Amino acid sequence: MKRENKYQTRRDFVRKAGKVMVALPLAYLGVDLISKTTAAEYVWQIDPLKCTQCGQCETNCVLTPSAVKVMHSFEMCGYCDLCSGFLRQGVKDLDTGAEVQLCPTGAIKRTFVEEPYFEYTIDEDLCTGCAKCVKGCADFGNGSLYLQINHDLCKNCNQCSIAIACPSSAISRVPASNPYIPKSGYKMEE
Amino acid sequence: MDKKLAYIILIILLAYNTVLRSQQRFPKPEFESGYIYPEYQVTEPRNPVLEYIDVFVLIMVLGITTYITLKKRSRKYVIWISVFTLAYFGFYRQGCICPIGAIQNVSLALFNESYALPLTALLFFLIPLVFALLYGRQFCAGACPLGAIQELTGIYPVKIPKSIEVLLSSVPYIYLALAILFAATDSHFIICKYDPFVGIFRLNAPVTMVVFGCLLLLAGLFVNRPYCRFLCPYGVLLGWLSRFSGKHVTITPEECINCKLCKDSCPYNAILPSTIDEPKERKVTSRSRFIAFLAFIPIFTVAGSIITGYFSDDLAIVHRDVRLANEIRAEELKGIPATSQQAVTFRESGETLAVLFEKEETIKSRYNRGAPWAGAFLGFSLGIGLLSLSIRTERKDYLPHKGKCFSCARCFEYCPVHLDKTKKL
Repeated sequence: MKRENKYQTRRDFVRKAGKVMVALPLAYLGVDLISKTTAAEYVWQIDPLKCTQCGQCETNCVLTPSAVKVMHSFEMCGYCDLCSGFLRQGVKDLDTGAEVQLCPTGAIKRTFVEEPYFEYTIDEDLCTGCAKCVKGCADFGNGSLYLQINHDLCKNCNQCSIAIACPSSAISRVPASNPYIPKSGYKMEE
Repeated sequence: MDKKLAYIILIILLAYNTVLRSQQRFPKPEFESGYIYPEYQVTEPRNPVLEYIDVFVLIMVLGITTYITLKKRSRKYVIWISVFTLAYFGFYRQGCICPIGAIQNVSLALFNESYALPLTALLFFLIPLVFALLYGRQFCAGACPLGAIQELTGIYPVKIPKSIEVLLSSVPYIYLALAILFAATDSHFIICKYDPFVGIFRLNAPVTMVVFGCLLLLAGLFVNRPYCRFLCPYGVLLGWLSRFSGKHVTITPEECINCKLCKDSCPYNAILPSTIDEPKERKVTSRSRFIAFLAFIPIFTVAGSIITGYFSDDLAIVHRDVRLANEIRAEELKGIPATSQQAVTFRESGETLAVLFEKEETIKSRYNRGAPWAGAFLGFSLGIGLLSLSIRTERKDYLPHKGKCFSCARCFEYCPVHLDKTKKL
C-alpha cells in the first residue's frame, strides 16, 4: 500500500509543525493559569498599622502630587488645642499662622468647636501625602491621622511604585470591594 | 502582703492599659455643644465591571482591525482605529492595563503561589496572542496604544540599514528575558516602570520618563515605531506567533506581478523581495551553512545559561530585600553606616538579621535557578536568529515578513494590483 504524503512540501511541514509548537505553550499557559486567576479586581492600599510615616509616599508615586492623602479618624482624635499633628514642635503661639503649622501646604484646617476642643479637617486637594502630620500625631498624639491611597486619583498601576519603595512593606493589594483600611470606624459614602 | 499584691496588680493593669491604648494618649472629648463627628467621604475605585468592558473593547478593536487589514485593505481605516485606540486605551484608560505589562503579571502568577492573577490581566495577555496566531500582529496594527501613538506620529519614514535593524531588534529579547526574570522573582515590574508613553497618556509622570517618551516620539518621526521594533518585549511573543499565523496580510490582493514598486514602501524593513531575478545558490553550500548554524544553537544556549548563571547574584540586587541585606551587611562587617530609609526602618522594626539574611538567601537561590534559564533563552534566540538570517528562501512574490510586519497597511497603496482592484488607477 502506498502512503500518501500529508504535506505538499517540506516548507509546508515546517510551517504546520511550527504552528503546533507555538500554539501548545499558549494553550498550556491558558489552562495552567486559569486555576490561579481571580475574577475579583484588586487595588493598592496602605495598612496604617504598618506605616512608619517615612515620607516616601509623597515622592515615589507616579503622580505629582501623590495619590496618597491623609485621612482623619475623628473618633480617635483628642481634639487637642496643642495638636502635635497641626503645630510645629516648640512653637510659642497656639494660632493658625503659617509659621506655626507643621503642614507645608496648609492642608489642615483648624476650627474651634468648644472650650477646649478644636476640630482638624484635611483639605485633600492641598495634601501632598508627605506624612509630616501623621508622624506628629503618631509620636505625640492619638494617632488619629493616617495615610490612605485615594482611589479617585490612583491609577491602579500594575505595580505600585510606592509599594516598591516602602521600607515597611505597608502597601499591598486589597480587594476592590473593600478598598480602604481605616484606622477606626468611619462610614463609607453610599 | 496584701498591699504588695494590690500594687503588683495595679502595675500590671497600668502596663496593660498603656500597651493596649498606647495610641490613645488623650481621652475622647465629651462635647457639650452637640457636636457631631463629621462623616468621612471616601471615593470608590473604578467599578470592576468596567475592566471586563475593556476586555470586550479589546476584542472588538482586534476584530475590526483584522477586518480592515485583511478584507477591507485600507490604510485610512487603520489610522482611524489607531486614533480610537489612542483615545480609549491611551488617554481614557491611561495605558493600564496593557498586554505588554501583563507579561509580568502572568510570570509572577506562574512562579508565585501567593499571587492571584486578575482574570482581566490573563485575558489581556492571551487574546492578542491568539489573534497573532490566527491573523498576524493585528494588535500592533490597531489595538496597542503605544503602537498607535507612534504610528500616528511616524510622518517621515526613513529606512535604516538592515545590519543596524537586525542588531537593534535583539534588544527586545533581552528586555523580555529580564522582565520575566524580575517579575517571576517578585523584584520589579520593569516594563511598567520604563513605559515611555504612559506619562504622556497621563500627562503626569517622573520627568525622566516624559523626556524619554518625547525623545522616542521625536526619533519615531523618522525611524517609525522605535519602541515596537527595538524595545517592545511583547512584540517578541507576537512575532513568534505571527510567523505561523494562519492568515496574514499580503501586499497584493491577488497575484504579485513583481513590479518592485512596494520594495521601499515599508519603513520597518519587513518586505521580503521575490528572488526570481537572483541567481540560485548551490544546494550543497546552503545546506552545509544551515547545518553549521544549526550546530551553533546548542552552543549559544549553553553559553548563555552559563553567563547569566554567573551573574545571577548581581542580578539579584534588583530585589529590594537583597539591597537592604547588602547595606546592613556592610554596616555590620565594615562599619559603613546604613543610612537609607529602608535600613533605618529595618533597624527600628527590630527584625533580626537572621530573618533578613534568610530572606536574601531565598531570593538569591530563586535567581540562581531562574537566571540560567533567561540566559539559555537569549542564547537560543540568538542561535535561531542567526539561523534564520542564513537561510535563503525562494519566493516568487513580494511578501511581508510575517514576524516583523505590523499589518500597518502602508504597502497596499504601492501595489498596482491593489489600486487596480480598488479602482484607484
